[in-house]
Amino acid sequence: MAVSGIVLFGFVVGHMFGNLKLYQGPEAINVYAEHLRTMGEPILPRNALLWVVRAVLLAAVGVHLWSAWTTTRQSWAARGGRYEVWTPVQADYAARTMRWGGVLIALFVAFHIADLTFGTGHPQFAPADVYSNVVRGFQRVPVAAFYMAANVALGFHLYHGLWSLFQSLGWNNPTFNHWRRTFATAFACIVAAGNVSFPISVLMGWVK
Amino acid sequence: MRLTLRVWRQAGPSAPGRLVTYELPDVSEHMSFLEMLDVLNERLTEKGEEPIAFDHDCREGICGTCGFMISGIAHGKMPATTVCQLHMRHFRDGEELVLEPWRSKAFPVLRDLVVDRGAFDRIIQAGGYVAVNTGTAQDANAIPVAKADADVAMDAASCIGCGACVAQCPNGAAQLFTAAKVSQLALLPQGQPERWQRVERMVAQLEREAFGSCTNYGECEAVCPKGVSLDFIAMMNRDWLRNVFRVRRESRATGGAG
Repeated sequence: MAVSGIVLFGFVVGHMFGNLKLYQGPEAINVYAEHLRTMGEPILPRNALLWVVRAVLLAAVGVHLWSAWTTTRQSWAARGGRYEVWTPVQADYAARTMRWGGVLIALFVAFHIADLTFGTGHPQFAPADVYSNVVRGFQRVPVAAFYMAANVALGFHLYHGLWSLFQSLGWNNPTFNHWRRTFATAFACIVAAGNVSFPISVLMGWVK
Repeated sequence: MRLTLRVWRQAGPSAPGRLVTYELPDVSEHMSFLEMLDVLNERLTEKGEEPIAFDHDCREGICGTCGFMISGIAHGKMPATTVCQLHMRHFRDGEELVLEPWRSKAFPVLRDLVVDRGAFDRIIQAGGYVAVNTGTAQDANAIPVAKADADVAMDAASCIGCGACVAQCPNGAAQLFTAAKVSQLALLPQGQPERWQRVERMVAQLEREAFGSCTNYGECEAVCPKGVSLDFIAMMNRDWLRNVFRVRRESRATGGAG
């Protein structure tokens, strides 16, 4: 869970910062998108390194889903009878929504790839024009709203996950323990805020 | 003060259970929670009814025998307090309380509020022994231990094995208990010879029992009557991982004889 989570965390951070090129205009983000395909050239053929990255990410998604499914089943079986009353004392909202938040994020990722990678259901999809795909895509209000909701969920998921991974991997040291929550909060906010800013900017007409 | 108790009554391990309501019109605020139940049980006995079964022993918060859920919180709402040390002055007149046993597949209900915590014993047994020299007892301070390490080891050792961590955990996980038992010895020089096999075997036993899987909710730490910290779970996970990558040497029947 933690190791695959770290891989996926690295991806969402890179994805968010890469997409900030939207604010530098069509040229910047389209060149960036093309570069993702040509990276590794001339040693590697076109798209080769991109597919390596995709394979690693797919494997990480697989491991993440599999470990979530097995641990969830184990935990659901472990209660052995329902509590008439159960009152949380310390578990925060993020911790309590990891599972269903994770399902929402998985559904969102499937939609997102269909929408902006394959262009399925996209009104004006042009494979090489990332900029216009994003702008046209987010001009659909319900789609933009779904993007925002899913990225808020991602923020909560990251907040608990980024703190949790230190526990799971045993990275516990009194000299840096107090930074773990700060680290989790900072990156959860940065990733969620960056991603939510794209549909907002399109809807407000700042990016067109 | 007046209290309404809704108590889980279950005649035996396989009998169906249900919540039964009892009215207590005259609870003294000086009673402990268990003394309040003692009074209720006296009255039930006088009426010819079966008294409520609950585990208890020392009644001074150090043995780990007592414990049940009070309105959804293991050992009740007071932090770092066992049920026997919880006093009625912390409750309001007219309050309704729901008493339920620890609910965990690994802790089957034996009767009313009593559960079988044998799973904890099996985890401890899996840890095995600690190598000590035989003969007369050595000097108390023959093995130096850094004060900071001794303090943390004592924090781990303060776990009384009551099971509140499992009962409160939404996953029904027993990581906090196991971590406390693993870390207590892993932090001290006396625990080093068997350190790696201990963490390996205790975690393996933890996995074999019907406990859930830790997702770091932190509920266990919040209800632990001894305030055992989540930090021990990270320590246990680190030792477990270090053991995976450790250089393993087999002990041989004929080896080491010179």
